[in-house]
Amino acid sequence: MAHQTHSYDVLIIGAGGAGLRAAIEAANAGVTVGLICKSLLGKAHTVMAEGGMAAAMAHNDDRDSWRVHFADTMRGGQYVNNWRMAELHAKEAPDRVRELEGWGAVFDRTKDGRINQRNFGGHRYPRLAHVGDRTGLELIRTLQDHTVYLGVDVHMEHTVIDLVLDNGRAAGVLAYDRANGQFKVFSAKAIILATGGLGRAYRVTSNSWEGTGDGHALAYRAGAELIDMEFIQFHPTGMVWPPSVKGILVTEGVRGEGGVLKNKEGRRFMFDDIPDNYKPQTAADEEEGWRYTQNDKSARRPPELLTRDHVARCINREVKAGRGSPHGGVFLDIAWIKEKLPNAAEHIQRKLPSMYHQFMQLADLDITTTPMEVGPTTHYVMGGIRVDGDTQMSTIPGLFAAGECASGINGANRLGGNSLSDLIVFGKRAGEYAAVWARENGAPRVDEGALAAIERTALDPFTRGEHGENPYKLQQDLQDTMQDLVGIVRLEGEMQTALGRLQEYKARLTRVGVTGGREYHSGWHTALDLRNLLAVSEAITLSAIERKESRGGHFREDYPEKLDQFATFNVMTKQGSGGAVQVSHVPIPPMPPELKQVIEEQKS
Amino acid sequence: METQATFKIWRTHPGGDGTFQTFKTTVTEGMVVLDVVHKIQAEQAPDLAVRWNCKAGKCGSCSAEINGNPRLMCMTRMNELDTWEQITVEPMRTFPPIKDLVTDVSWNFRVKKGIKKFKPRPADQPDGTWRVAQRDVDRVQEFRKCIECFLCQDVCHVLREHNKHDEFIGPRFLVYAANLEMNPIDSDDRIPDLKEQHGIGYCNITKCCTKVCPEHIHITDNAIIPLKERVVSRYYDPVTRILRMFK
Ligand SMILES: Cc1cc2nc3c(=O)[nH]c(=O)nc-3n(C[C@H](O)[C@H](O)[C@H](O)COP(=O)(O)OP(=O)(O)OC[C@H]3O[C@@H](n4cnc5c(N)ncnc54)[C@H](O)[C@@H]3O)c2cc1C
Ligand code: SF4
Ligand code: SF4
Ligand code: FES
Repeated sequence: MAHQTHSYDVLIIGAGGAGLRAAIEAANAGVTVGLICKSLLGKAHTVMAEGGMAAAMAHNDDRDSWRVHFADTMRGGQYVNNWRMAELHAKEAPDRVRELEGWGAVFDRTKDGRINQRNFGGHRYPRLAHVGDRTGLELIRTLQDHTVYLGVDVHMEHTVIDLVLDNGRAAGVLAYDRANGQFKVFSAKAIILATGGLGRAYRVTSNSWEGTGDGHALAYRAGAELIDMEFIQFHPTGMVWPPSVKGILVTEGVRGEGGVLKNKEGRRFMFDDIPDNYKPQTAADEEEGWRYTQNDKSARRPPELLTRDHVARCINREVKAGRGSPHGGVFLDIAWIKEKLPNAAEHIQRKLPSMYHQFMQLADLDITTTPMEVGPTTHYVMGGIRVDGDTQMSTIPGLFAAGECASGINGANRLGGNSLSDLIVFGKRAGEYAAVWARENGAPRVDEGALAAIERTALDPFTRGEHGENPYKLQQDLQDTMQDLVGIVRLEGEMQTALGRLQEYKARLTRVGVTGGREYHSGWHTALDLRNLLAVSEAITLSAIERKESRGGHFREDYPEKLDQFATFNVMTKQGSGGAVQVSHVPIPPMPPELKQVIEEQKS
Repeated sequence: METQATFKIWRTHPGGDGTFQTFKTTVTEGMVVLDVVHKIQAEQAPDLAVRWNCKAGKCGSCSAEINGNPRLMCMTRMNELDTWEQITVEPMRTFPPIKDLVTDVSWNFRVKKGIKKFKPRPADQPDGTWRVAQRDVDRVQEFRKCIECFLCQDVCHVLREHNKHDEFIGPRFLVYAANLEMNPIDSDDRIPDLKEQHGIGYCNITKCCTKVCPEHIHITDNAIIPLKERVVSRYYDPVTRILRMFK
């Protein structure tokens, strides 16, 4: 079949923070760059990020340094992180943030005119560079506006369906153009996946429709290794009411500015359960917690700012024990700060403008006077494509991954703010090393036969037409299964049930049908997404069954303790011969003594 | 609580023109227009085309004309609408149609490339950064709230009625230019371009753009008028003109 074909030295799939930063780096290295994204430029998930990006610039507290950031990240990740990535991230994030200013980013300022940094869960010192509560918009717009002048070819509203290899090396992709439904071939010497997350595998999520784990699934089907798929971050504070907005994020910044969590009895239940390893750093009482949020350096953080996995489970526990709010959440109260600050209402509106509007417009609720109702929402996946920490190359030569779809930096749990900085640190590295790879290797061959097979599978739903299954219905069933059986609290039996259902859904997927033309067809698109959602759901479930302990974003009611023997490896899933998923363990290499020492010195 | 609603949604036909199609559906508490469109898509019209991403007013993807008013579908609550007997949803009319509610907004991306990019002045700190006070960026930050929904472009009569797409960049990009011009770190000069190529003179300050901006950016008062003033003082103010002659 004749295709419109494009070829590049470096092809980047995804135009969120990671993809754009990679594009800039590769273009600056002088190679040709193509960029593909499912939505319009500037609309990727990154645009929704609120709180900020973590970088130890020490503007607000000079005790901060890369060492503290590294130790915080490892502690948050429960020590199964790729320590090399955590190290590079902590060291390089400050430069990556500063360089954004030279590209036009306008961060909030400190009194002495530097980039202002705010407190966030799990970060010892104020570390998040931010712009009100729309930091993601600032990041994506800055990168987008910088990229468009660099001669990068951007293919918007194009969806990659599958990767094609040439003798085991990444060679190209088949994509389709949403507007007209036509297929296009892209060949490249190096390919970078920067496709973001997979929250859409769950019913309640903060993720947009794009978060269907495409990059994870593309890499998996091509034979790459995925690790840590059991580690899913359920953000503690999503909206719970009204039903149509359930899952939409309420930034952690609310708690950073002094917001507190209460149950229906008015109790600040977070004080009731503080993990031992965080006790030395947690406030003794409410007064000390408040002082911390007001940047009193002698104060320790309130327990609301403990790591997300912990806060989410505490909320879950309150709700299950019948101490929740009317709509099945708990209360998040920022209005109370009027007891402390003279112009509290204005202060809240200035610090948290989009939260103020979000609740006003979507829930008829004024957060300056009334507590919000919040509950956990599927937010982020720590797991993803296994990459080399320095180069971001996956286990497939010439295939790179960066951002949320790559794995390693976060371990079992990501600290808020570490994603945006991850995007720019490792987006840059991926771009740099992909350009090097493209220089050193010739053009691969894209096999026509492989392309034709991908096309046939992609068009199958049309051949079944209106007699087929409704793709939306299948998607809902899948989301219900993952939400109810592989969610925030997990049990062996439930997960086995989920596995059984996933097999049924795979069978149903072969019966999904759509009608009509191929132009901008959401039903067809959903049918294509389902293949990816099913692949990642299976990887999540199998990995979660494999890890018979509780750690970070993975909590098992049947194995509630963290166990030493599980601290030494990452669970890996890979497509075996014959198509079945292979589960195995990848040992974590020993940490060099210098880094071990950094962790020790930060323990107190 | 469920209530009936009747939606008339614009559907394009293969030739390019279109008609309204009527859908009846039930609406529950708290729904926004985008929820209802999605419900119709899932239950009655799987091939209905609609653009969206965040469902929280942050990405600017879901722009449409609801009962004739340019709005974000995800931020328009059903209970804000006077009646549910007949709600019309149609695409932004200033841009060429692609399908149903989706339009071709690529012109906007081309226009942006034509504006001189951010060019920082030399750093004033040894570590390669700049010291800038918050009050000096408050205004720029207002402009940078823009989510590129292009609703302002949709209503501006210079584009909508007079089709001056080749001569006028529209309110969104006047805001963009203002953000660059007022950025204390930027060192380039876009005033000549604004006058000659970007067509700032076409704007006659009707403020229609400001009224529809979901980010409540004071497009006209804070961005366009100050830029117009800069153009005027550069080109039409007698003192500056004489000074320029001697430069
Ligand atoms: C509401 C919200 C708030 C957040 N707040 C913060 C915060 O304050 N701080 C922080 O650090 N993190 C935050 N996060 C997390 C962070 O925003 C994300 O992890 C991060 O933006 C992911 O960036 P990315 O570049 O990896 O991918 P994304 O920004 O998700 O971009 C993915 C790109 O890949 C493209 N793509 C995907 N699949 C395909 C395909 N098949 N074909 C072609 N293109 C494809 C998409 O179109 C898109 O362009 C937040 C997340 C959410 C949801
Ligand atoms: S104020 Fe100017 S830019 Fe805005 S709508 Fe009116 S003419 Fe257009
Ligand atoms: S200025 Fe306002 S209306 Fe115009 S594109 Fe930006 S956000 Fe939309
Ligand atoms: S979907 Fe993002 S603004 Fe409406």
